[in-house]
Amino acid sequence: MSFISRGFRGKRRDTASSSRLPPGQYLVNDFPVLSAGPTPRIPQAEWSFVIEGEIDKPRSWTWDEFRKLPTEQVTKDIHCVTKWSKFDTGWTGVSVDTLLEGVDTAAEYVVEFSYGGYTTNLPLEDVTGGKAWVAFEFDGQPLHPEHGGPARMLVPHLYFWKSAKWIRGLRLVNEDQPGFWEQNGYNNYGDPWREQRYWGD
Amino acid sequence: MTAQQSDMKLDGNAIGGLLREIFAMEMTMAQGTCANCGKVHMVGEVVVYLHAPGVVVRCPSCDNVQMKIVQGRGKYWVDMSGVRCLEFSV
Amino acid sequence: MAGTAVLGRLIWQFGTLAELVQETPKVASLILDVPGWTGHLAGQHVDVRLTADDGYQTERSYSIASPPEDSRLAITVERLDDGEVSPYLVGELRKGDKLELRGPIGGYFVWRGEDERPVLLVGGGSGVVPLMAMIRHRAANHLKTPTRLLYSSRSLDDVIYRAELERLASAGDGLTVTHTLTRMQPPGWSGYARRIDSAMLAEVAWPKAQMPIVYVCGPTPMVESAASLLVDMGYDPASVKTERFGATGG
Repeated sequence: MSFISRGFRGKRRDTASSSRLPPGQYLVNDFPVLSAGPTPRIPQAEWSFVIEGEIDKPRSWTWDEFRKLPTEQVTKDIHCVTKWSKFDTGWTGVSVDTLLEGVDTAAEYVVEFSYGGYTTNLPLEDVTGGKAWVAFEFDGQPLHPEHGGPARMLVPHLYFWKSAKWIRGLRLVNEDQPGFWEQNGYNNYGDPWREQRYWGD
Repeated sequence: MTAQQSDMKLDGNAIGGLLREIFAMEMTMAQGTCANCGKVHMVGEVVVYLHAPGVVVRCPSCDNVQMKIVQGRGKYWVDMSGVRCLEFSV
Repeated sequence: MAGTAVLGRLIWQFGTLAELVQETPKVASLILDVPGWTGHLAGQHVDVRLTADDGYQTERSYSIASPPEDSRLAITVERLDDGEVSPYLVGELRKGDKLELRGPIGGYFVWRGEDERPVLLVGGGSGVVPLMAMIRHRAANHLKTPTRLLYSSRSLDDVIYRAELERLASAGDGLTVTHTLTRMQPPGWSGYARRIDSAMLAEVAWPKAQMPIVYVCGPTPMVESAASLLVDMGYDPASVKTERFGATGG
């Protein structure tokens, strides 16, 4: 029987069983900030988003061009591999389907790459069909830099490390390329419902 | 530096316990040569981000990632590819 | 002077709270009995681990405030109202309760007292804790190492170990303590009343020709600012040791 610190509750977390909570997760009220490095500061005038790789003609948007694209407001549950989940988070973003409209590619995989050097990898089918957005507002407010602003990926059906902050672009690739955490113990796919946190899960 | 940035940024002292778990000895005085810029820093001085899905260690001179440490399922995954050479005495 | 093992994995062991000493309205020292404690060096810290009844665990690091000479281990904790761990340690933990900890940890930010070089200690807020272990170690061994503490606090009420520092500094054995109060000063205050800057360091620090060893500890922005000012002033970077507390735990 391991030691329990008498009277210690820890931060507010709700493990009450809910069919909305994936296994091993708890619900939080705040929005924890996790970071692997300094927060990039990208002035809007210098920001761009690109789609490159296995594509006939790479695409790119400046901030002004990006903000002219059709946007969606979505409400999603998000799940971090460090075990916290948040229900009903509100985002405004451009669907990846919009960004890939008309793109002809044989690529099966995608690498999300960010300002600051972070990368994460996914099958292309996990960012298409209404599953992924490039989000620039959280709860109706411009996305704060510590949460990934000016824009981040939002791929809520996977653990949140698959939603790269400070997104710079997507690279379409024929072969899967494990990203920053996938190279170092974190699961290559990351389905919270199958609790795919680490290698071998 | 903003409050948010500084909150996240620590130094090698903060992973003294973790490194001792992995190396079975005190490591904050070890000297690491950065694989990117070649500068040598004591582990006690490296930049450490603890609030991530894992620990990230960066070079204080060039900010390149020197180490990543992930713990889970009873294992450690340690990437030291950003350290060309680690010098320490037993 | 007892050495401290540098080899071998540390085990989690238990300390029992023997006494809680309120240092300031927000800061208290936990005095612990730790059976089997192997000793430590001034400047080292312990990792503390708390476990809730559903198995949730979290860890924090705390600098050891007591010198190696004390039979009990002391850590000094600043209670942050929105913190997760500090309100438990300062507020819930009672005499007789057990606290899981491991240590001592650290070899870089230590002062053994064997070096004859003058010492400059620069502390901000709870960053003074490991520096106090060094000062207490110096006192316990009646060392005469020329030592200066530059200690930044928000107000006089926030100065940790205030009476003890006053007493030690008035012993005339080579220790001076200089305070700077950054937010509020008492009436008649003639000391520094601003954040540490190069002018202040120029007045307080040992001349670089004396090749002091410097220990800087406190919140990350304060440590980075003071350390880089010292290096800009020509102090040898290898002699300026830093320990960042980030957002001071919580």
